Amino acid sequence: MSEIIKATSIELHSFIKTKYEEGFNYLLDITAIDYSEYVTANEEQFALVYILRHESFKEHIVIKTYLKKLEIETITDIFRGADWLEREVYDQYGIIFKKHPNLRRILNHKEFVGHPLRKSYPITKGQLLHEVDDLIEEMNNRLLSKNVVCKLESGTFSDCNKDLMFLNLGPSHPASHGTIRTYVALDGETIECAVSEIGYLHRGFEKSCENHTYNQIIPYTDRLNYCSAISNNISFVKTVEEMLGVEISERAQAIRVMLLELSRIEDHVVCLAAVLVDMGGLTNYWYMYNPREDIYDLLSKLTGARLTNSYMRVGGMTNDLYEGFEEDLKEVIKKVKYGVEQTLSLIKHNRIFHDRTQNVGVISAENALNYAMTGPNLRACGVAFDMRKDAPYYGYEKYEFDVVVGSVGDVYDRVMVRFGEIDESIKIIEQVMQNLPEGEVCVKDNSITLPKKEAVYTTIEGAMNQFKLTFEGVKVPIGEHYGSIEATNGELGFFIVSDGSGIPYKVKVKAPSFTAMSAYPEMVEGAQLADAILTLGSLNIIAGEMDR
Amino acid sequence: MELNSPSLEVAITTKLDEAIGWARESSLWPMIFGTACCAIEFMSVAASKYDISRFGAEVVRFSPRQADLLIVAGTITYKQAPILKQIYEQMSEPKWVISMGACACSGGFYDNYTTLQGIDEIIPVDLYVGGCPPRPEALIDALLKLQNDLRTNKYNPNRHEGFKGRLDNV
Ligand code: SF4
Repeated sequence: MSEIIKATSIELHSFIKTKYEEGFNYLLDITAIDYSEYVTANEEQFALVYILRHESFKEHIVIKTYLKKLEIETITDIFRGADWLEREVYDQYGIIFKKHPNLRRILNHKEFVGHPLRKSYPITKGQLLHEVDDLIEEMNNRLLSKNVVCKLESGTFSDCNKDLMFLNLGPSHPASHGTIRTYVALDGETIECAVSEIGYLHRGFEKSCENHTYNQIIPYTDRLNYCSAISNNISFVKTVEEMLGVEISERAQAIRVMLLELSRIEDHVVCLAAVLVDMGGLTNYWYMYNPREDIYDLLSKLTGARLTNSYMRVGGMTNDLYEGFEEDLKEVIKKVKYGVEQTLSLIKHNRIFHDRTQNVGVISAENALNYAMTGPNLRACGVAFDMRKDAPYYGYEKYEFDVVVGSVGDVYDRVMVRFGEIDESIKIIEQVMQNLPEGEVCVKDNSITLPKKEAVYTTIEGAMNQFKLTFEGVKVPIGEHYGSIEATNGELGFFIVSDGSGIPYKVKVKAPSFTAMSAYPEMVEGAQLADAILTLGSLNIIAGEMDR
Repeated sequence: MELNSPSLEVAITTKLDEAIGWARESSLWPMIFGTACCAIEFMSVAASKYDISRFGAEVVRFSPRQADLLIVAGTITYKQAPILKQIYEQMSEPKWVISMGACACSGGFYDNYTTLQGIDEIIPVDLYVGGCPPRPEALIDALLKLQNDLRTNKYNPNRHEGFKGRLDNV
């Protein structure tokens, strides 16, 4: 379980400030807990949780503060990444952040009444939206900050002092990668101001977790970052296993590492394919996407599903590798290498590619850290933060691989870092397969993993065991814990609160796409419209993970 | 070929309906309303292994005004619903709708405060494809079924006349 540092709500801001100065200058997540139905009595009904990482990236701290009144001072003046995170807490729990620059709903729509993550909100109570938010108010405030409009005495805004055109990019737009909406004010082709709206794919993951057992949640995790489902599975079960205090077998660890890297490849190829299409390089799509089909074939043979694998279980995984897996994997890797090689031969010395990507969509390392960007997007700025090196798990320290970093933090770097990471992942996979330990893939503990099928069909104990575990779920000890891994888009974490039952009391996802997207409007202001499309593609925003 | 070649003196007789049905069948222009995981499977349908263009429906348009087949691939949340309705209304007649995946068909396993329990609460649907996500073959199967029905003129142009969705007239 994570060690929790307590702070009072009055001193919280200054407490976080001191921590920031001590080197905890990377904000991972902010969330709240509604204790109204918790097993033990707590100081207050609501508590806020802040998770910070140290600048060495090696450790993190969890700070908790109970709220007497449902309000607290914002920390957006310390972390810009806090802006959207606080809006989410406001939206889901109704906690007010004083002095927040733009405290509006973010995931739920503007006609929504109530705060869905409060325990008192019924899970199935849906509310229709009749008219989409026009975002004009937000845009005006943004224009105001740039002195393009002024505030009139009547409280309304003046006309622009420039001839601007307003345009919606998304949420249904071929280059909006799913369901992301950005409202831009254009001066010719140049973006003067941009505001993004998310939440179009908010599917209530966190609320759904509160009425499913731990293993039932695994299919939901598949659909967070659906381009690399298995890495979400692993991050979730790893956090639960840490709470249970179980260690999975060496074989299971090695298989998880191999699959994590395979998912990374799977995700990067689709991101790269898409970003190259956005640039007009359609041919690359076929070269990059075809190996993904081969990975699908391999994974469906192993897990039964192409995309939404649900392969992991608390304490292990559904089944061991099949006979002949290794040969199949080798074939797949060969095809991935071929696809990468062909694509690189098309773009590496291609003038158009270089002109379109270099010094486009730049974010500095300092800003990226302040926005809590992570993964390849952060590494593209030259920050070598990689959980696999900085806080290794599953024996990553045993494998030889490099952390690929960029230097400028532009589209070019983000694309090339991903190409580089595919190579590194292949290296890791090869090392894992060379020394794959023997043994079981699931821990032998009746209270965690299901018994063998023979036992279920032939013995009463086996049948009872299966029944109880399926219906009641794996019982996780009371406590609060944050666990994370280096997923394809960066640090993917889960903050879980357990009340001792088989169903989590609360689950919060620390989603890498969420923070990356919060930096996006600033990144594209001043850029050309066509470059904004590339910038979005190169950030690899996955709506399922961002909106949850 | 010579203009006076006897082989040109061939005439095909058909009924107008059938000629139109044939034309429609072979020139579907899909518009993808892809929101989530199912849209990733649609990418496979469009890529070279499954290759939707083999069935004469590859001119994927992202502008509803140029399309006559709406494929809704992915979860539609309440926040997304008015947009879906607007897109549907922007398409000109005749038009058809395929609902791809459990979420679009029924809300899937997102039975919670965020998700519309099936897009047919908002717009009329002609074909439902189950699965979470459906395999590419399943979507192609739906497409073939639609084409078959178009050929035989099964679709009554007035079939959705009485349709009233939850966002209509409010
Ligand atoms: S049906 Fe399944 S795969 Fe498709 S969008 Fe819904 S959750 Fe994703």
